[in-house]
Amino acid sequence: MTGFEGMDLAVAMLNITLLAILFITAIAIARLRSLFAIVMLSGLYSLVSATWFVALDAVDVAFTEASVGAGFSTALYLGAMVLTSRSAKIEQGASKIIPLLVVIATGAVLIYATIDLPSFGDAMSAANTGVGIDYVSRTPSEIAVPNIVTAVLASYRGFDTLGETGVVFTAGLAVVLLLGFGERSLSSSLRRGRRSSADQSRQGGDDE
Amino acid sequence: MNSDHHVILRVVSKALIPVIALFGFYVQFHGDFGPGGGFQAGVIMAVAIILYSLIFGIAAAMRAITPGFVRGLAALGFLLFAGVGVWALIQGGDYLDYDALLGEEPGGHHGQHLGIMLVELGVLFAVSGSLVSIFYAFAGRVSEIRDEDW
Repeated sequence: MTGFEGMDLAVAMLNITLLAILFITAIAIARLRSLFAIVMLSGLYSLVSATWFVALDAVDVAFTEASVGAGFSTALYLGAMVLTSRSAKIEQGASKIIPLLVVIATGAVLIYATIDLPSFGDAMSAANTGVGIDYVSRTPSEIAVPNIVTAVLASYRGFDTLGETGVVFTAGLAVVLLLGFGERSLSSSLRRGRRSSADQSRQGGDDE
Repeated sequence: MNSDHHVILRVVSKALIPVIALFGFYVQFHGDFGPGGGFQAGVIMAVAIILYSLIFGIAAAMRAITPGFVRGLAALGFLLFAGVGVWALIQGGDYLDYDALLGEEPGGHHGQHLGIMLVELGVLFAVSGSLVSIFYAFAGRVSEIRDEDW
């Protein structure tokens, strides 16, 4: 009746379950005020996203999402949270109608855009007919590595990867230039073998 | 971390951190054959260091792996990637053309394999160095994670 049978039905049920977990997690994040719980739930969101990417056969993307989204981002959010307060302020008298309208309009535009997307696994889609099939046919003779994703990333599109590495390096450089003074003062006080007492008293004041 | 009520956390993570780092190297050097590569391996290595500093304190992590070292590692990684391109230029090929690296006959794949390995190594250094630098910059602003922050 639904057009799904056997494995197709199982995969469809799996996708629906994972997307439902993502939806519930997003609603919970929007409603919570405790930043620690929000950080943990956003890590869970990334982990479920990674699982969903595995179900879509995008293993490399899933790998990146699991390590960056669930691993590094969560640790970084925790580090940032320690610097600020533990819970978000409740906004008084803020209008909820306009944000709701913006969200509904954006969602409607995105759903409208999916109508033009090729269906999942479509052999005639642009990604599967043009340069993609060219990489698949040429990698064994030109690069001779089993993982075509690696051949594309490191060799065919080496300029892209060089640029991405530059972006990561520049991001690290910018954060160190903006925030690195605390780290520098901490590491220098560690070298002197004592902890900055001014830092301690400032934290004591924050607790009240 | 003078009190002892994080003892389970410390014991478990002490066993896990070497495994995480080893898995990072596996992802790095197995990237030609399976999913993964320099970027994912760099993130995993960085997460191993970050987990260590979350559990044992930022001061111990900074003594083991100094902030200057990770900044230098990030710069070295990017230079290694860009340097492979310059090496190909010197050998008479195009920028980042790995076929030219060893000057071998057409049909040989050693230049491609060497180029991919060096480039992935550069990505590993740049990503892990940058991410640990970012974490140190955030976490280094407080001297210690207190119990109520958990």
